[in-house]
Amino acid sequence: MTIWFLFALMTGAAVLAVLLPLSRKTRPAAGVVDDAAFFRDQIADIDREVARGLMPAAEGEAARTEASRRLLRAVADEPADGDQKGEPALRRRRAASTIAISAIPLVALTLYGALGRPDVSGAPLSARMAVDDPRALNLGEAVARVEGHLARQPEDGRGWEVLAPIYMRAGRFNDAVRAFSEAVRLNGATGNRLADLGEAVTMAGDGVVSADARSAFERALALDADNVKAIYYLAVAADQDGDRAGALARLRELVDGAPVDAPWRGMVTARIAALDDPTRSEAGQVIAGLAPEERMQAIRGMVAQLAARIEADGAPLDDWLRLIRSYTVLGDSAEASRTLAAARSRFAADTPAVRALDALAADLQIKEEAPAKPASRPDGESGQ
Amino acid sequence: MIVELGHYALTLALGLSLVQWVLPFWGARAGDSALMAMAAPAALGTFAALMTSFAALTWAYVVSDFSVLNVVENSHSMKPMIYKISGVWGNHEGSMLLWVVILTLFGALVALSRTLPERLKALTLSVQASVTIAFLLFILLTSNPFTRLDPAPFEGRDLNPLLQDIGLAVHPPLLYLGYVGFSISFAFAVAALIDGRIDAVWARAARPWTLTAWVFLTLGISMGSYWAYYELGWGGWWFWDPVENASFMPWIAGTALIHSTVVMEKRDALKVWTILLAIVTFSLSLIGTFLVRSGVLTSVHAFATDPERGTFILLILIFFIGGSLALFAWRAPMLRQGGIFAPVSREGALVLNNLLLSTACATVFIGTLYPLALEGLTGDKISVGPPYFEATFLPIMMPLILFMPLGQTLAWKRGDLLGAAQRLIWAFAAALALSLVVAAVTRRGPVLALVGVGLGFFALAGSLSEIVTRSWSRGMPLATAWRRARGLPRSAWGTAVAHAGIGVIVLGVSATAWGVETLAVVRPGETIAAGPYTLRLDSVTPRTQHTYRAEVARFSVLRGGVPVGPLEAERRFYATRGMATTEAGLMTRGLGQIYVGLGEPDASGGIGVRLYWKPYVLLIWIGTLITALGGGLSLFDRRLRIGAPQKARQRTKAPVAAAPAAS
Repeated sequence: MTIWFLFALMTGAAVLAVLLPLSRKTRPAAGVVDDAAFFRDQIADIDREVARGLMPAAEGEAARTEASRRLLRAVADEPADGDQKGEPALRRRRAASTIAISAIPLVALTLYGALGRPDVSGAPLSARMAVDDPRALNLGEAVARVEGHLARQPEDGRGWEVLAPIYMRAGRFNDAVRAFSEAVRLNGATGNRLADLGEAVTMAGDGVVSADARSAFERALALDADNVKAIYYLAVAADQDGDRAGALARLRELVDGAPVDAPWRGMVTARIAALDDPTRSEAGQVIAGLAPEERMQAIRGMVAQLAARIEADGAPLDDWLRLIRSYTVLGDSAEASRTLAAARSRFAADTPAVRALDALAADLQIKEEAPAKPASRPDGESGQ
Repeated sequence: MIVELGHYALTLALGLSLVQWVLPFWGARAGDSALMAMAAPAALGTFAALMTSFAALTWAYVVSDFSVLNVVENSHSMKPMIYKISGVWGNHEGSMLLWVVILTLFGALVALSRTLPERLKALTLSVQASVTIAFLLFILLTSNPFTRLDPAPFEGRDLNPLLQDIGLAVHPPLLYLGYVGFSISFAFAVAALIDGRIDAVWARAARPWTLTAWVFLTLGISMGSYWAYYELGWGGWWFWDPVENASFMPWIAGTALIHSTVVMEKRDALKVWTILLAIVTFSLSLIGTFLVRSGVLTSVHAFATDPERGTFILLILIFFIGGSLALFAWRAPMLRQGGIFAPVSREGALVLNNLLLSTACATVFIGTLYPLALEGLTGDKISVGPPYFEATFLPIMMPLILFMPLGQTLAWKRGDLLGAAQRLIWAFAAALALSLVVAAVTRRGPVLALVGVGLGFFALAGSLSEIVTRSWSRGMPLATAWRRARGLPRSAWGTAVAHAGIGVIVLGVSATAWGVETLAVVRPGETIAAGPYTLRLDSVTPRTQHTYRAEVARFSVLRGGVPVGPLEAERRFYATRGMATTEAGLMTRGLGQIYVGLGEPDASGGIGVRLYWKPYVLLIWIGTLITALGGGLSLFDRRLRIGAPQKARQRTKAPVAAAPAAS
């Protein structure tokens, strides 16, 4: 609304300024220059030049004569004043003021109405940087915002800390490596930061735990002996080096020491299972080297194969256990509990089998009572 | 909201211009001074509205308001502040806005002028308003800088890297002050045609505006030339590029105009011709605008390549050029012819000046437009380059410069050629002696360059001789001569200084013949030599700044093995636009410059280097500054301010009283 008020103010000022001369009764005497004054001035100029010896006297005389002749002509030529008073003048001025009063707002408002966008608010940099509600931003904007901020103030460690996990999720691993290293440099080394850095280096290297990554994990462990991520990736490193026993030992140690509700527990147990099973190990190796999306796809494909095999014939208990575990790892707890229920009915007569299923259910915290309930994913990475 | 206020101010300016167009015109025809008086507040109001508009757009650039499309397309939040501001006119829409702002600035100055006859002022402002209306419609309908984006993107697309330079802050505003300033001469001419009265009063009223525009155009072209010289990395200062010619043609025509206006003011002659020149000069400015903005040409300046815009400007062009020439054809025969003069006289010399300048302008016009017309008609692409212009333009300019000192020595009405030649004999001898010295010292170089050197010295000596002969005669004490010299009218000084400046430019241009160029691939530690200087490449290091990455090559400059100083040249890469630019390394030695342009890096670790030694190259731009200064001196001649006849009379009293005692 304010904007229309300001528009009205501007229009009013413009119209008033233009109308002002119409309100004057008489023509202003000062400031009017006519031809006669010009030639008088020119004659004075010539006199001056002659007097100072800048122009020969005879030449000056000729010039003065010519200027005087023009002066006479100019006086004779002076156009007669138009009619300034009386009815026609009054009518003319009334028409002029009507034109001014109507034309200015009409033109301005019509064109502005067609072209203007009074509803669009400005978006200066400061306003865009200061959006209070981050949900109003999409991820790209948020990243651009923080990047812009960091380009101006590269010493802001907090910014790098915020940016790094976003890069990880977006798959920009090289950027993530840079962001995590800056975070470590500016905010100091902690177990978590170093482990994150190592993970980023690993991902940037297509899943291979390089010497750089390994040193980061080892430094992380030196600072924080219980750092799960560091232990896990060191196990992966051992596996990649061909030391499967070492890898298994590290992972088992991890699971044993882990709290029951640790969100990563399923993943580690799946890894142990993969390493444990010689037939799977090769596939596991291959899968570990894949990019996250591809890896997920490969795992889902394998789970689907397993499910098909169980559906087709009487599979051994181990296959059932592996399938339930896989579903849990994939976060599909509904399918896990459905499969668990199916396994219970299939192995109802087999006591050791029922006991194994009970242990698994407790281990994976599968809710058997409410199998249809959709479970939220524990890691909160719903943005992916 | 500020952006929308600017947008509304733009439409308001159009409304005000309509009033400024119609009512004063009506007032002038009806002889109603109240209606005529409405022109001034309307002109001031239009200017105020457009300034508001321009300020709003500038604000949007300063705060990086990316809800404005124009800002998104030409700015980046990380650009240095100076380029954010100069970026306002570093694009088509913003520069058109600057164009009309300057157009109305001149209108507002005319409105404030107290020395103009009432009718002339009203009609001039009315004609001026018609130009404003055309360009405001063009801006609003085809090139609106206030187009909004909702939602706003987070980052802008950055400005063309070639334009990210201090030159952008200076060159366009100066050039526009010149280009657009000629619209006032045009408005004066058309007003005179409408009114049917053209006389010495008109000439004196119009002359300061023409002179102002000419001074700014001189400075603008000069700045643009220096900018191209150091930014484009080719080492040249003038390329006869169509865009350069587009600004050069109004300059030549404007130069002819300021000279013919003098004849009209002093002798009431050449009236019709002067009116025609005023129309032609502004028409050439419009043609320049059309060439640059329609997409007909491809260059740094060609922001807009939209055929719709080209058509719009073409229509404006046809309306104003066709309309004013038709008016001229209709009214000119009714004008009373002015005084007569002998062929050998100051007037005669100025007519020769006008003839030569018009011919020169025509050769540039043909050289610029013929290839375009040919391409349009037959599709053949031909390139008219420096050889054409050297063969046509130079033979016209050389006699012009030769006659220049002679012309200013001749008296008005009836001149004495022999007397003038005698007065110039010393200047001619001095020029001849100096060129012989140059020839002896350099011992090589083309004949044409030596002729140029001679002409340059002659123009310089001729200007000096003009001041000396007007203030000193044999046997006079120097103190008296000095007093008399100071007493000379400013316009006489202005003429002498401006002509001397031309001489300096000619010297600088001729000196390019002695320039040396070397091209080589250089690895760090190696050297490259040109003329008396040797450069050693010390290092090539990367640097990241603002919105670009650069490779910086550092050189040590040696002369005869003695270090003179360091020199840096850059190759920049602007990531947002994906464009590479070069920053030439310059070192000024006396009036010459060492110029380094970087080329592509070599696979073996070397880098392509273009090294030039350009002796006396700075004289070109120093000369243009002197010439512009001469124009400025002339502009401040007391007699141009005829609004104060009272004061003038008082001042003249003293010398009149002193005169009898002296004689």
